Amino acid sequence: MIDVLTAPLNYAFMQRGLIAALLVGTVCAVVGVYVVLRGMAFLGDALAHTILPGIAVGYLVNGANRGALFWWALGAAIISSLSIGVVSRAARIREDTAIGIVFAAMFALGVALISTVRNSAVDLSHFLFGNILGVSEHDLWRIALFGTVVIAAIVLFYKELMVVTFDPVLAATLRLPVQAFDLLLLILLAIAIVVAIQTVGVALTLAVLVTPPATAALFTHRMHSMMIMAALLAMLAGVVGLYASYYFSIASGAAIVLVSTLMFILAWAGSRLLRRNS
Amino acid sequence: MMEPSVSVGRDVAQVAAVPALSLHHVTVHYRQHEALHDISATINVGEQVAIVGPNGAGKSTLLKVIAGLQPISSGTIRYFGVERIVPNEIAYVPQRLQIDWRFPVSVSDVVLMGRVGRIGLFRRPSRHDRLLVQRALERVGLAAFANRQIGQLSGGQQQRVFLARALAQEARLLLMDEPLVGLDIPSQDEIFRALVTLRQEGVTVLTALHDLQQAARYFDRVMLLNRTLIAFAPAREAFTAANLVATYGGHLHLLSSGDGLLTVADSCCNPSLDNTL
Repeated sequence: MIDVLTAPLNYAFMQRGLIAALLVGTVCAVVGVYVVLRGMAFLGDALAHTILPGIAVGYLVNGANRGALFWWALGAAIISSLSIGVVSRAARIREDTAIGIVFAAMFALGVALISTVRNSAVDLSHFLFGNILGVSEHDLWRIALFGTVVIAAIVLFYKELMVVTFDPVLAATLRLPVQAFDLLLLILLAIAIVVAIQTVGVALTLAVLVTPPATAALFTHRMHSMMIMAALLAMLAGVVGLYASYYFSIASGAAIVLVSTLMFILAWAGSRLLRRNS
Repeated sequence: MMEPSVSVGRDVAQVAAVPALSLHHVTVHYRQHEALHDISATINVGEQVAIVGPNGAGKSTLLKVIAGLQPISSGTIRYFGVERIVPNEIAYVPQRLQIDWRFPVSVSDVVLMGRVGRIGLFRRPSRHDRLLVQRALERVGLAAFANRQIGQLSGGQQQRVFLARALAQEARLLLMDEPLVGLDIPSQDEIFRALVTLRQEGVTVLTALHDLQQAARYFDRVMLLNRTLIAFAPAREAFTAANLVATYGGHLHLLSSGDGLLTVADSCCNPSLDNTL
């Protein structure tokens, strides 16, 4: 029985994959609490997709150097999140429409750029669906570093971010720099997404941001406990997902997301039962 | 029928000091049209004032402008003698619809938010902050609900959470936009009891209201507003037939009876909210 748990750990790539799953799960779940509470799911999905042209340009300039690609991706995410704000203000259109325009344009640009590179099929699918088992030790350090930055920022500005999220009118009356905190959240979201790209890919990033916090929200009524519970759920989903991927030979990113979704469904049914009995 | 305002014999010395709020020829434009025209008024420290007028009269705009959430086109506003907002000294409670009541915060979390400006960046709430939160909740009768999620409270209790937040914020000027909308009579009474608490704390209160009778009964002075300030006086003096017609215009029905009693109905927008006086 123990063998079932330890056997995969004989492989260094599985060890690294597990550590990556724990780190990414934590960072994305904590940031995801804001995504869920502020209704930014669409923005999160869009940001994940707009990273593609950044990666493509990075690939054309620096080749397959992972460290360089990370910075290109981060730059693309931050530029997109800023331009969404500019477009919606300047063009006087609804924000979700602005997101749609920027998101589709950037994704198309990314696909167009990548299509100019021959035999890029393998790499593109890695970015679309992630490749957690290909994570290097170097990648792990980078994920840990940026993850720490994100968590530290959230701890430092916890009370301000809570006010800005819960009651923007109070934040404005107290003269808190609301726009600066909104921007900070966007940047934290961009970092979390770039970190997640490697493990679950562009297409599934939204799930690691939204599903664990949504599950936690069923059980808790405090923001900090929602963050802690979401992080624990995400770590559990990451570990269980990776083992499932190992034993049933399914794509690792998809396995993690499916486990996470299953946990949400069970939690939802459980909370319904609890409510009916009380 | 009309009752005198509650506090007639207020501390004269306090009134003689610097006013809590003075508006000097304030004009406000909102999307190219004039929302408020040439408003001048002085509100004393500790005074409780009701703003009444038909829908679209600019009551909400006036409160937002005073809270500094909307710019003025011309004129000046002075707060406690200075022409600059001291952020923590003003509390503004908008109409309750704008809050997500499922948000994962407890009642005491929400009240503590009022202290965020005073606590300052990078610092955690001190014991003093938590004590003020606790005291504020006691003062509005919600101490037993401190750990409830806010969505589990009744409408009146939720409104009182925001009054407690203003107390915890140690605000000296409280602005409320229609705090009684959608509340049943017992909940409305709870709000008025909380207002008495605010009076004891010396907080100046400015409230937009629908009900002329409540405005007359619970507030020191009333503002009759319809883009311009029609009258600003104790209800007895302000609620004359001429002023009411000037405020409510064509939406008003005045019925005079033999003993000088006046019945007023605002038929404009919501027939169920008829104001009687």
